[in-house]
Amino acid sequence: MKNKNKTWREVQNMNETKYMNPYLAGFLLGLLLLATIYITGRGLGASGAFKSFIVATVQAIAPSHASNAKFYLEYLNEHPGTSPLMNWLVFEIIGVLIGAFFSGVASNRLNLKLEKGPNATRNARLIGAFLGGLLWGIGSQFGRGCTSGAALTGMAVMSTGGILTMIFIFAGAYAFAYFFRKLWL
Amino acid sequence: MGPFVPDIISANLNYIVALLIGICFGVILEQAGFSSSRKLVGLFYGYDFTVLKVFFTAGIVAMVGVMGLTHFGLLDINLVYINPTFVWSAIIGGIIMGAGFIIGGFCPGTSVCAAAIGKIDAMIFILGALVGVLIFAEGYPLFEPLYKAAYLGNPRIFETLNISQNLFAFLMVSAALIAFYIATLIESKVNKREVVFFKLNRENVLIILSGALLLIFSLWFTDRKADLLNLVSDDNFVKNYPIDEMTPDEFAFRLVCENCERMQIVDFRDKKEYDMWSLPRSIHFTIDNFFEKEPSLLLKSKGTIKVFVANKEITERKAAIIALRLGYKYIKILKGGLEEFNKEILQFEPIAKPQNIDEINLNRFRLQVKDEINRLIKENKPKAPVEKKPKRALGGC
Repeated sequence: MKNKNKTWREVQNMNETKYMNPYLAGFLLGLLLLATIYITGRGLGASGAFKSFIVATVQAIAPSHASNAKFYLEYLNEHPGTSPLMNWLVFEIIGVLIGAFFSGVASNRLNLKLEKGPNATRNARLIGAFLGGLLWGIGSQFGRGCTSGAALTGMAVMSTGGILTMIFIFAGAYAFAYFFRKLWL
Repeated sequence: MGPFVPDIISANLNYIVALLIGICFGVILEQAGFSSSRKLVGLFYGYDFTVLKVFFTAGIVAMVGVMGLTHFGLLDINLVYINPTFVWSAIIGGIIMGAGFIIGGFCPGTSVCAAAIGKIDAMIFILGALVGVLIFAEGYPLFEPLYKAAYLGNPRIFETLNISQNLFAFLMVSAALIAFYIATLIESKVNKREVVFFKLNRENVLIILSGALLLIFSLWFTDRKADLLNLVSDDNFVKNYPIDEMTPDEFAFRLVCENCERMQIVDFRDKKEYDMWSLPRSIHFTIDNFFEKEPSLLLKSKGTIKVFVANKEITERKAAIIALRLGYKYIKILKGGLEEFNKEILQFEPIAKPQNIDEINLNRFRLQVKDEINRLIKENKPKAPVEKKPKRALGGC
């Protein structure tokens, strides 16, 4: 717990030189997204891989349920043929894991730790992380994508739905920020 | 013309592409600092605007890039996945995700990135997200009405707002640049650093130049289709545009001539008329087809003359101008259109008292080809290779 009880300013001063310039990172991410659209006709994503994983798990554990419940049926209808794990986003997310891992190794950030605000308890952070994830799991289904698949890609291809989702992700986070400030400030 | 999936890159190779793209995605996110939840939520408390800067820089670069690729005819936007719009689902999903962002400190992509470098909170987040998807899946009958309400298809934002693509892009880029500036000021203030309104250094000059370039591009990369349709909306311009013409007689001769070099007849009439009767080996085409990957390949065959036909010559001219402007070669039009061709060839009434050898020859030639072509039309079964609905890439969640 090196960063325990350090203010953000102190943490940032420690890390400032380590992270890439945000505009440069954004520019590279933009080019990557553009290349992805140009080559594959689709954008980046993340939550879709989570969905594939759940569908595959339910198919393995409760096959009869998976072949009856509507959600799974609609999924299989949209992605016919192969296993849910033979999915573009699943491969992409595996790539993210590999890429981020080596980036962490290269920048010496590989470290098993729990990151939290200076005044938050360990349990509060763990419960927050779980609940936050849970909300993303539900919300990304409604939004038909998350920050990458709906918001970022939606913005690149100027999709009305994607941009709408993007606006409400950020608006929602600002609206709730005050109530959860103890977790972070 | 892109995209290259599925014709150039097969489904299996696409998985390898996905893996490689994912690796780049992971490296960029991690290097940007997105593996830190405190850095991510900094945006919402004003102490760190990295997310805003990275996200919107990426968004406007990709957006303007897509416009550029489409403008130069390198990308068929009709084959690109455009996220569908379900109004209520998008709004409610967005708000839920926003709450998740503040409570969880990550979004799905960044959580994977953070978990990869050992963040325990990110691993718990992923667990939560999986449970969340499961809850949605199991409660789907309950959520479905909302999930599918207010479906608008796949509109693009400038269509919804009824403004030009360029205006929207320009506003978006401007908004992002202004937001970057204000965010930097707020960041300094919240972190109790000195608030500097402008500092002349290499980094800032580079950022301003890039921003200016994006603004210029956002206006420059117009929608080619809208441009060209606008160009041919002026009838005087269309009438005076130099285009190679083919007379009805030459056209008729080539239709029946077996040893002549091949010509490709491209029919721009309505599909209904085309289905009723069509010339031998002709293909049906629309103005839209020019801008689509698969149909446009039909016009690429080198050397073959393409003769554009339609009822009126002006329609042929418009299509030909668009084709020429798009860089297609060997384009000709049928002089006088099919109306003239019908009158002079298909329904030819021989000159009753031919005055000279030319009229005698004309009578003989036209009577001969008239029967021959009418027979060919009867035998010809219309084929419409461009009818096949191109498949959009499957994307999203």
